[in-house]
Amino acid sequence: MAKQHVSTTVNGEPVEFLCAPEQTLLDVLRDELHLTGSKEGCATGDCGACSVTLDGRLVCSCLVLGAEVGGRKIETIEGMAKGDELHPLQKKFIEHAALQCGICTPGVLIAAKSLLERNPDPSETEVRYWLAGNLCRCTGYDKIVRAVMDAAADMRSA
Amino acid sequence: MNDMTTTSLQQSEFKIVGTRPARPDGVDKVTGRAKFGADLYLANMLVGKVLRSPHAHARIKSIDTAKALALPGVKAVITAADFGDLPSEFIPAGEMMVNFKDMTRNVMAREKALYEGHAVAAVAATSEAIANKALKLIRVDYEVLPHVMDVVQAMEADAPLLHEDMYTINVEPRPAKPSNIAKRVEFALGDIAAGFAKADIVVEREFTTQPVHQGYIEPHACVASVSEDGQAELWCTTQGQFIVRSFCAKLLGMEVSKLRVTASEIGGGFGGKTVVYVEPLALALSRKACQPVKMVMSRVEVFQASGPTSGAKVWVKMGATRDGKITAAEAVLKYQAGAFQGSPIQPGCMCAFAPYDLENVKVVGFDIVTNRPKVAAYRAPGGPISEYGVESVVDELAQKLKLDPIELRLKNAAKEGTKAAYGPKFGPIGLVQTLEAARAHPHYKVPLKANQGRGVASGFWFNIGGETCAALNLGEDGSVTLVAGTPDIGGSRASLAMMAAEELGIALEHVRPVIGDTSALGFNFLTGGSRVTFSSGMAVIEAARDMIGQLRERAAKIWEIDLKDVTWQGGYARAVRDPAKKPLSLADLANTMGKTGGPIVGNAAINAQGAGPSLATHIVDVEVDPETGKTTVLRYTAIQDAGRAIHPSYVEGQMQGGAAQGIGWALNEEYIYDAKGHLANPGFLDYRIPVCSDLPMIDTVIVEVPNPRHPYGVRGVGETPIVPPMAAVSNAVSNATGIRFTELPLSPPRVLKAIEAKGASA
Repeated sequence: MAKQHVSTTVNGEPVEFLCAPEQTLLDVLRDELHLTGSKEGCATGDCGACSVTLDGRLVCSCLVLGAEVGGRKIETIEGMAKGDELHPLQKKFIEHAALQCGICTPGVLIAAKSLLERNPDPSETEVRYWLAGNLCRCTGYDKIVRAVMDAAADMRSA
Repeated sequence: MNDMTTTSLQQSEFKIVGTRPARPDGVDKVTGRAKFGADLYLANMLVGKVLRSPHAHARIKSIDTAKALALPGVKAVITAADFGDLPSEFIPAGEMMVNFKDMTRNVMAREKALYEGHAVAAVAATSEAIANKALKLIRVDYEVLPHVMDVVQAMEADAPLLHEDMYTINVEPRPAKPSNIAKRVEFALGDIAAGFAKADIVVEREFTTQPVHQGYIEPHACVASVSEDGQAELWCTTQGQFIVRSFCAKLLGMEVSKLRVTASEIGGGFGGKTVVYVEPLALALSRKACQPVKMVMSRVEVFQASGPTSGAKVWVKMGATRDGKITAAEAVLKYQAGAFQGSPIQPGCMCAFAPYDLENVKVVGFDIVTNRPKVAAYRAPGGPISEYGVESVVDELAQKLKLDPIELRLKNAAKEGTKAAYGPKFGPIGLVQTLEAARAHPHYKVPLKANQGRGVASGFWFNIGGETCAALNLGEDGSVTLVAGTPDIGGSRASLAMMAAEELGIALEHVRPVIGDTSALGFNFLTGGSRVTFSSGMAVIEAARDMIGQLRERAAKIWEIDLKDVTWQGGYARAVRDPAKKPLSLADLANTMGKTGGPIVGNAAINAQGAGPSLATHIVDVEVDPETGKTTVLRYTAIQDAGRAIHPSYVEGQMQGGAAQGIGWALNEEYIYDAKGHLANPGFLDYRIPVCSDLPMIDTVIVEVPNPRHPYGVRGVGETPIVPPMAAVSNAVSNATGIRFTELPLSPPRVLKAIEAKGASA
């Protein structure tokens, strides 16, 4: 089957690509656009390492087809910092040592940003349930939860 | 050999060690910039895919690759015929022993496929779709054989035999018939019968554990590029680029220096990335195609064909006097090795009773092959399994003696001078300190409600040192590039840069740490054995001292005074006899180094000795739902001796992460095989590792009993934290339910069944 031509927006920039019908958005981001910050940990929507937002909604990009994203707005980890200014979540993750190997970090950050956009003052339990779709095998989540809560507090007072 | 027994700085003098600066690779990792195994793309790159056995045990009668090779877009196809066979011999690789006869068969099945998912052939093609199509065109003629999955069944005389030439070693006389028992090991101290005769109480239990996967989120991935003249580059996610080079060169019959291996950022390893799987296949495909080949495992392949650690049967018997002195301890351990020998039975036996000061001990272990993937190291390999059994029995002894479990452990705790059953006398170790910190912790006093229980367990791991190189290259502006040869799996760039800055007396921001490829440094053993902060730290400190020696020489030359009259202090060369001479900073000496003798490089090439064991005590509170059998972890506290915490946040991170992995091992994780030997749960949905909402905060207490054999007192900390959780959780569930559990995982159906059985008998 012929490749599909898709026009979309990634991190605020207009982007065009050709993709095979079976290629996922994650495949397109990585293999076609070389935006490798989104990671493939499972390809079945279980690990959250490929988390991006699609028109502001948190999705696993491994469960979205590339051909579906024409005319949509995609935000990935590569668009989270603005210029040389890190997002408060990015700063707090470094400050709290909320990452060890770092493979889950882009997905966790995208998911956490999506949470704080909806709920600027989440409880610990709300953070834990929102991030339950993002597996981390290194940290035991403790420092991740603390970093998200601390970033939320900073963003509320900003 | 290297043994740096001099501690150069006292705790009060540390300026950087013990602080919590931002890690140097932090920004790369929060912006998606960091390049992991699958993140490299080269021009003209092919996609490599593996054909895997659908059978748990089958003889490979023939493989026909002609149709696959003829498919347009396919550039190379390989089978075991593309790798030379290698003799059976155990070769030391760092502290591991490897057998290349087994390794070449594990990366590509030769005479037989020994587990579902065993690689049988591989292709490289211009696209993933073509590669997948080509795999379907490969015809393999299998003769399916009976399989065996369970250790006890595998030990039976009429069990299906995996290796017709395997005779149990360390048994006299040599067995007349081959079996699935690769080896027997034994450690003993004192007189076990006399010890049990002195006991007022004896507890004897048999435990069962399931194989569990390391569960790193990043699958194995690599890009290999072999040129027409045989020079090769390999990019891969690994815990040791030098080990990968060594293994791959041997498997491919290459000269080591022809292969340059670059370690990508690594997305978790926990021991599972200390071996090779797709890397030699990618090299072999690239060698045939003369194009770069990228290979990335799927999650299903990771579960079917990599890792895990052993499942086991663990029999433990311990006796104690009425006042709580343990008089004898005995264990028999049967560990699954998977398809090839080499379970962590040896360390499992050595660790079993290591936390205790015992006169009479005997441990016997068996290494058993089954039709499962070959086990790989997993965080304190072997220790968590045997210590789970022992710490459960210690808990039951305390219960029966009506003693507090911490009190019973304190009465028997190993300390400096204790002779371990496996041989050595311990130097300073911190078990007693962790137990005392546990007893004093507020957690230990929180009242428990109905259906809640508290468990305690301690844990031991040796830690290792080994072959290590490091270089400090002085820049002309006085900044320093630190080159280490051990992949940074959880913040070691930070701890190494901190030690370099501390020793040189300069600000941390002037040290930039990088992980070198195999051409940048001499041989480094891998990131494992909790050795990086200890060994690479020792090498970095030695390299800094080497650099300081050169800096003093340059200052002596500039000042035209004797070298002995120049000291290095606080980042400056100082003329001790002439305080009027303006001290020379690192930058001053760097600016002029071209005129005073040329480039300045601090080097170290050491075999780090004197790794200190790390001991831990964990406390956990759980609540067990009597209607569903579900266990919820309410509160968790991990206490551990770190020797010296260079960057306390990353030490805490190791303790928290190890505890979380242990909680998963205790409560959920297991491989489920069907009757045909097919893995039923090769994915994160059904192989359930702990998610964020499963866990509470994990409190930590770092105890510091400095290791006298490291200049700053460092012990490894990464592995010990996974040792106590299984027993701690199991003891807590036992405490909550009044039922002694002896089988993992404590999944809801298992716990519910026991609760219902207890209710029925009551």
